[in-house]
Amino acid sequence: MNAAWIVFLKEVRENLRDRRTVLNTLLTGPLMAPIIFVLLINGMIARELEKAEKPLPVPVIGAEHAPNLVDMLKQNGIVIEAPIAEPERAVREQDADLVLRIPESYAKSWSKGEPAQVELIYDASQRDAQGSIARLQGILDAYAQRSGTLRVLARGLSPSILKPLVVATRDQSTAQSRGSMMFSMLPYFFILGAFIGGMALAIDTTAGERERQSLEPLFANPVKRSKILIGKLGATSVFALTSLLLSIVAFSLAGQFMPTEKLGMSLSIGVHFVSLTLLTMLPLVAMIAALQTLAAAFAKSFREAQTYLSLLMFVPAVPTMLMSIFPFKTETWMYAVPLVGQQITITRLIRGEAVASTEILICLACTSLAALLAYAITSRIYQGERLAISG
Amino acid sequence: MIEVQDLHKAFGAVKAVDGVSFTARDGEITGLLGPNGAGKTTTLRMLYTLMQPDRGRVLVDGIDAAADPLSVRQRLGVLPDARGLYKRLSARENIDYFGRLQGLDEATIATRCEALCKALDMGEIMERRSEGFSQGQRVKTAIARALVHDPKNCILDEPTNGLDVMATRAMREFLRHLKSEGRCVLFSSHIMQEVGALCDRIVVIAHGKVVADAAPDELREQAATDNLEDAFVKVIGSAEGLAA
Repeated sequence: MNAAWIVFLKEVRENLRDRRTVLNTLLTGPLMAPIIFVLLINGMIARELEKAEKPLPVPVIGAEHAPNLVDMLKQNGIVIEAPIAEPERAVREQDADLVLRIPESYAKSWSKGEPAQVELIYDASQRDAQGSIARLQGILDAYAQRSGTLRVLARGLSPSILKPLVVATRDQSTAQSRGSMMFSMLPYFFILGAFIGGMALAIDTTAGERERQSLEPLFANPVKRSKILIGKLGATSVFALTSLLLSIVAFSLAGQFMPTEKLGMSLSIGVHFVSLTLLTMLPLVAMIAALQTLAAAFAKSFREAQTYLSLLMFVPAVPTMLMSIFPFKTETWMYAVPLVGQQITITRLIRGEAVASTEILICLACTSLAALLAYAITSRIYQGERLAISG
Repeated sequence: MIEVQDLHKAFGAVKAVDGVSFTARDGEITGLLGPNGAGKTTTLRMLYTLMQPDRGRVLVDGIDAAADPLSVRQRLGVLPDARGLYKRLSARENIDYFGRLQGLDEATIATRCEALCKALDMGEIMERRSEGFSQGQRVKTAIARALVHDPKNCILDEPTNGLDVMATRAMREFLRHLKSEGRCVLFSSHIMQEVGALCDRIVVIAHGKVVADAAPDELREQAATDNLEDAFVKVIGSAEGLAA
């Protein structure tokens, strides 16, 4: 039997007996993406629905100065609340989302046909209140426009002179692309799943084995160290892959229950998505396993290895963050960059857009090359004299 | 047979091993005696090719360790200073793993397991996971694992370290058993009485150099004393780092 295979079998068997490792591989890693997305989407939907349909309570100061305006607000679902003493402070301290103040001069200005002022007091940094503010502002604008039109008509003019410019908006986004803003996070969660799945093994098979003093006797066997490394990397990759596969499957299942159509999005998660995602992630999993083992080989102890690997976990977040901050145009060369290529491919797949097979090939080839490079460096470290010696 | 010729190894400015030569013959127990820090472990590590010597040569059954490390490792059974077991595997699984890495087939591994289990008296621990083993049980398992491929040459780094009196006696008995099978047994120790009681040949190391290489009787003669322990102290120049 090949020595690498012997090492592989032993590592898999030994780690399957470790409950914490198994739990991380089968639960923590895979379930992160679906759970976060179900929570996120349900939260968004609940908020949207609430904002659009629920009566909106607004404290109004000086309601008696503008009975017509107040009537119109009531008709549009605004619940007029009793005036409060210090509206500015109440808004700042988030006791109220927004307050409408109608000054005494309102009635006088209105009847004279001069611009009558009302004050809307709110806090723009309060993201939660933005929907309410926009809604009230919309109602007020509509009222102002209607009254304006009536005044112009009363003077025998055409209301169209109030509208020298009309902007017609034509939104080219599709339901998929609107959804994708949010789902640009998705590849990161898949990569993270693979990371968490392989982490325990990468540490255990290198830093852990050295700390438990079993690496030196292992190296006394008549087996090349590169074979031992391949066996260990194989076991790490298999755990990472299991974690990733479960992650993708769990997400696909959860996706069926996410009421995304209520947000005007639709996801295309099916066999096509699952298989292509898995394919593009394959070499990345190998690369991650090699890098994790490399970091663990550098570490002097188990603890140190954990620290290094936790830091390494932030690396895949970089392309995700860059792409959501600077939504640049996809170019073919980007598929050649490991992590970025997977990011783009998976994002496009979930948007239901076609990814050319050449682009997938470029992504696979370049990431495989990077994985080989990571393996070569790790292998070099493995040849080192000090690697086996603990303390 | 293990032949060591003029080994040198330095870590930075520290010369850990500075010109060590000796020969360990088949059917004999050779003891490597020296105070802590004398360079025993580093010497042994070069023998089983974990480290490369800066200078000098190691021959195992005539094979140059630098030229063909895999063949050399095949001919050696090694109990290193580090003797960690896989805690989530049973004693048998630990032994089985190394047997496979040595290239043995399943039947051979099973036969060897039985033989070692009897010789080391580890009947009741064979199927238990090694988590929670006593020090003595751990050393037994580590030795069985090191010798699973029936090697002609055995290298043991401080095999009695951390063992209680009974386990130490059993270990010494086992070393004699290995010798009676015609193997070349090389072990290191800083315990004078142990080396004196067991060895056919004693190599005394201090500060990375061999200060004496003789049979116990010759050593007593050389130092002009009837007491072997006095002879050790005399050739090393101090009793520091040794134990009676």
